Amino acid sequence: MSDVQLRDVSVAYDDVVAVREVNLIVPAGQVAAVLGPSGCGKSSLLRAVAGIEPTTSGQILINGEDQARVPTHRRSVGLMFQDHALFPHLSVGENVAFGLRMAGQSDEQIAQRTRQLLELVGLADRTDARPHELSGGQAQRVALARTLAPSPRVICLDEPMGSLDRVLRRDLIELLQAAFATEHSTVLYVSHDRDEAFALAHTVSVMRDGRIVQTGTGDELMNHPVDEWVSDFLS
Amino acid sequence: MDQHRPALVRSATFAIPIAFFALFFLYPLVTILLTALGSTANLKQAWAGLTAPVMGDVLWFSVWQAVASTALVMLVAVPGAWVLARFRFPGRSLIEALSVVAFVMPTVVVAAAVTALLGPTGPLRWLVGSHADHGIGAILLAHVYFETAIVLRMVSTYWAQLDTRLEQAAATLGASPWRIFRSVTLPRLRPVLLASASIVFLFTFTSFGIILLLGGPGQVNLEVEIQQQVLFLFNLPTGAALSIVQIIVVVLLLLVSSRLSGRLTPERSQVATPRRPHTTRQHIAVGGFIVGGLALLLLPPLMVVLQAFNTGDGWGWTNFQSLSTSHQGSVLFVPPGQAIGNSLIYACTATVIAIVIGGLVAVGITRTSIRPAVEGVWLLPLGVSAVTLGFGILIAFDSGALAWRGSFWMVPIAQALVAIPFVTRALVPALRAVSPSLRAAAACLGASPLQVFRLIDLPLIWRALVMSAAFAFAISLGEFGATVFVANSDRPTIPVAIYRLLSTPGTANQGQAMALAAILMAMTAAVVLLTERFRLPEQRHV
Repeated sequence: MSDVQLRDVSVAYDDVVAVREVNLIVPAGQVAAVLGPSGCGKSSLLRAVAGIEPTTSGQILINGEDQARVPTHRRSVGLMFQDHALFPHLSVGENVAFGLRMAGQSDEQIAQRTRQLLELVGLADRTDARPHELSGGQAQRVALARTLAPSPRVICLDEPMGSLDRVLRRDLIELLQAAFATEHSTVLYVSHDRDEAFALAHTVSVMRDGRIVQTGTGDELMNHPVDEWVSDFLS
Repeated sequence: MDQHRPALVRSATFAIPIAFFALFFLYPLVTILLTALGSTANLKQAWAGLTAPVMGDVLWFSVWQAVASTALVMLVAVPGAWVLARFRFPGRSLIEALSVVAFVMPTVVVAAAVTALLGPTGPLRWLVGSHADHGIGAILLAHVYFETAIVLRMVSTYWAQLDTRLEQAAATLGASPWRIFRSVTLPRLRPVLLASASIVFLFTFTSFGIILLLGGPGQVNLEVEIQQQVLFLFNLPTGAALSIVQIIVVVLLLLVSSRLSGRLTPERSQVATPRRPHTTRQHIAVGGFIVGGLALLLLPPLMVVLQAFNTGDGWGWTNFQSLSTSHQGSVLFVPPGQAIGNSLIYACTATVIAIVIGGLVAVGITRTSIRPAVEGVWLLPLGVSAVTLGFGILIAFDSGALAWRGSFWMVPIAQALVAIPFVTRALVPALRAVSPSLRAAAACLGASPLQVFRLIDLPLIWRALVMSAAFAFAISLGEFGATVFVANSDRPTIPVAIYRLLSTPGTANQGQAMALAAILMAMTAAVVLLTERFRLPEQRHV
């Protein structure tokens, strides 16, 4: 189990500053949600934690170690993409096994772990299917299984409910709760949906224009919003 | 910060192609410049050569044969493009495949075919009258065979995406079919017609093998004149000055054509699927297209095969058997059959070089936010003619520390330079189609940049890679303009051997030339048709 600390993290693309001096702590084994309207910089924050986007200033610490010089593929940060990003030329099973192969696990271990995760997400019977044969909800669950498989130190979820309807959302929230509990994961979760964030996260941070304006539990945020904007956004 | 490593990988991706282009493209071009302008003596000689009265004729012939060829190609191809865009008919895919073969058919093979078609016993003798087989008629026919394919492809794809409802609306308003074509269809086709015509003009203006082999007395264009000045008159300054003129003209043409292609944004609103012809007129049009298309695309290759088996007093394998012997008085120092082995080795090497360099350029272009204008720089070798490339390499690596002219590598490198732009052009869109989030996802799962390329990019661009390798191979196999300058006389390639045999009178030489042309043609067609096959499942999938 690992903890994550963000210290004054900023991310900029050319002239546009997407994330401004964000401070955030996710204790080991806990789920932290970042909640905000689209375009507030929350996806950029996740990409910076995963090392896909360089930070312009500040520090990202995992277990107290600065990640600035650690490239994406050595960070062990799992990122579940908004658009799933399933590898189209690989089967469902091969997608889930990808990270395990990169970690150099034996075929036997890979097969066992892949089966375990596909069972967890309820897709054990679709192991040989290709991504284009899956429904939106199924693709989402494969993406989740793929992210969890190599047991990354930190799991980042970028709007995982993005394209799902109400019923599927409820199912996936339950699935995520179960998965986080069994995997004891440290999770950074990005969403624009209040109910989703409150249902899954221990703490919720509200983000606006690249800054975190308030952090607290669901109750704290609802009962004591720092300003009118937060109160409006949560209502 | 962790972006140092990708930056390092990126600069390595660029460093190799930059070094390659600097050494084998820029340095030869600079050498050409210096040869023409480097000293007062050279400058004087170049100026004297350029201002010789014959040069006016050369420039005039370069331009007018290109104008005439372009006009004729458009006249043949545009009606064909309409049939391809609007109708479904048996033989459609055969004609499309054959036209791709025509596009990569080696120039010397086409020259041989046209010689056979228009020659004293050729079936199309009546087209050129009592004239000899050499002349403008032969040049035009060869250019039509070559360039029709590219216009057919460009125009028919664009035409198929034009909204047919506009024509239907015009018809309900009482416009006749001709009127509809003139005032509704033609204006919308303008951009693609201009763009394709400018490409054909560019190709026919820089035509070398065709004009060299088929041009009669006084029918010499810039390319052929460069070759004559350099290889026969040893007048390097004049050759260099002509090359500079050539480069300036071609760069201007390229600018015009890229301007025109930039405007190609099809309507795409309601794409009409091709239908079976209904009316009698449509049946006649489609029938005419099938007969005419097959005649144009099949007759030249057929003639080569016939002539290859023609022994003078019957049919047989004599011409092929004679390839293994080097007879007295031959224009080649080695048995012509050896050219086959040479060509295969050279083309394989050139393909590997073209894929590596062209692939690295494509990766570099797609991984950096490079502007399209800069992207065009990599395609420049396409604009500098093969003859100029070959000439530049010949003089740049002639002496001093870089005296590599006699080395094995010069031929495949020259061929690769010609093929690289095609490889890059095919791979860039394929790499762009790979979503960046797939690469990021693989990296998050622990894949290093090299693993990402091997496990994600490579499988996803595999088809495009095979296709561009096949094209690079076909282009290298048939490459003539650059190779004729660089190839050692004891290691001729098939096209060089065909050229030497064809330009020497004598039945034995002609027979051997036809046999070699048949072999080269079969190899080219096999490679290209195999990849056409390769592409089909993907198209069906979409």
